[in-house]
Amino acid sequence: MLKGKVHKYGADVDTDAILPGQYLNLTTMEELTRYCMEDADPEFLKKVRPGDIMMATTNFGCGSSREHAPMAIKGSGISCVIAQNFARIFFRNAINIGLPLLECEEVVAKTESGDTLEIDLSGGTIKNLTKSLTFAVSSYPGFMAELITAGGLIEYTRQRLESRRV
Amino acid sequence: MGKTLAEKILSEKSGNDARAGDLVIAEVDLAFVQDTTGPLAVRQFQSGGFKRLANPLKTVLFIDHAVPSPNDSLSNDHLLLRSFARETGAVMSDVGEGVCHQLVGESLARPGDVIVGSDSHTVTAGGLGAFTTGMGSSDVAVAMALGKTWFRVPEGIQVVVTGNFQKGVYAKDFILHLIGLIGADGATYKALEFGGEAVTAMSMSSRLTIANMAVEAGAKVGLFPADEITRDYLAGQGRGEDYQPSSPDADAVYERTIKIDVTELEPTVSRPHTVDNTAPVTELKGIKVQQVFIGTCTNGRLEDLAVAVDILKGKKSHPETRLIVAPASRRVMLEAVKNGFVQVLVEAGAAILPPGCGPCLGIHQGVLGDGEICLSTANRNFKGRMGNPEALVYLGSPATAAATAVTGEITDPREVM
Repeated sequence: MLKGKVHKYGADVDTDAILPGQYLNLTTMEELTRYCMEDADPEFLKKVRPGDIMMATTNFGCGSSREHAPMAIKGSGISCVIAQNFARIFFRNAINIGLPLLECEEVVAKTESGDTLEIDLSGGTIKNLTKSLTFAVSSYPGFMAELITAGGLIEYTRQRLESRRV
Repeated sequence: MGKTLAEKILSEKSGNDARAGDLVIAEVDLAFVQDTTGPLAVRQFQSGGFKRLANPLKTVLFIDHAVPSPNDSLSNDHLLLRSFARETGAVMSDVGEGVCHQLVGESLARPGDVIVGSDSHTVTAGGLGAFTTGMGSSDVAVAMALGKTWFRVPEGIQVVVTGNFQKGVYAKDFILHLIGLIGADGATYKALEFGGEAVTAMSMSSRLTIANMAVEAGAKVGLFPADEITRDYLAGQGRGEDYQPSSPDADAVYERTIKIDVTELEPTVSRPHTVDNTAPVTELKGIKVQQVFIGTCTNGRLEDLAVAVDILKGKKSHPETRLIVAPASRRVMLEAVKNGFVQVLVEAGAAILPPGCGPCLGIHQGVLGDGEICLSTANRNFKGRMGNPEALVYLGSPATAAATAVTGEITDPREVM
């Protein structure tokens, strides 16, 4: 169960805004986190608390293929990103590093910054505790759920190679 | 029922009857990384406990985004890539060779290939009819180790291009116009497949420009048929044997068809801070520009430099406007030296950079100051893209860029041609 306050953004939040190109040579999640959302919301790091939820409207994570962007978000303590839809490379990258994403138009439409959400990923529900609303979300298809449970693509592949199932 | 080009390639490479929406595991013909996302891919490869590359000669590590290295930290990233290449037998493409996507187009991509790279503009070689797409470092690390990866077979959007480009209007104007039309998420998760009489007549350089920007509409891939233009291009690069014709089935099912007659098209510019924020150049005339950048995987080819040289010949760039040019590859640079383009550009006031990404992504070689405006031939104008969130980036064709360099303000290239 995930629970936290919502930080809501608009459309087309790109990966340069999430993690600018000049920081791509940083190596650890801790270092990357220091610059998370630097160009999109310079106040973000002062506001975010562990477990908080990031929200956006359409095309979140568009642009560069940098996996550093979801790493920085995960490192900031964000437990889940909810948007109407995501850019495709970002979607894969987030799942691959174990940052859960949910696509749900209704939740985005009825949630504001500062609301508290409670998310049950396996049960497929999102509760807006501030507004006393409950939403259903579809769960991940087959191996994507396994991938998240394993802790990301690298760990998933390693486990499968060890059991010779690749 | 017929198949789109994406479905045909993924069927061939997965050994399944791949249809839009299916999840398939496909063989990877080429996997590559570059120097900003490659070090993370190497670390992920190592943390996964992988020891060997599935196909060392089909794994390429490009050093192109920060060349030559501007600081010790990036130099150490370069060292990591070189050392990984030595340990695993991967192919190294080092400082001075050029931008990964240009080199993949010149030397590596074949029609019908499946290619993954840890860079979103990996879509570029779709111009050659390869299913080629960008992924993150972990995905590419696993593809390097296993020689295969998973795909959700994308639905297709057919783009039928008709008519003739008018003087001063180019492939770049077309793709900016298309992205403005369908939006930055207009093709998210989809395959953009280009066809029509204007595509049949289009040079490979132009096809690569268009495919390169497919991702700016969110597309997974931007595909062109492989035809006589492709055959001649491959032969010209000394690899005629890599050619095989390919095209979508005549009865392929597309989710949507977009028809564009380029005869009506005007020079088009993307305004800050999104690529789909387009306008005809005529509406933006007079905006003062402090830097013009010609180059990148979008527009750093010989044909692009030729267009700029035609406009700049015998002229000088405006005293308050810096002109920066970066050829996309060593081969482009050599040709530009041989045929006198470099002399024209330097006489016109250009600073010539080594083959590579140049200032496109804000690491070095032309980072903008507060409030400065750049007209760039690159593919992205996001806030902060060129290293400063207080700067503004406009995108246009090499002709618009060259005309703007001369006058110091955004200029319709048709006025100076």
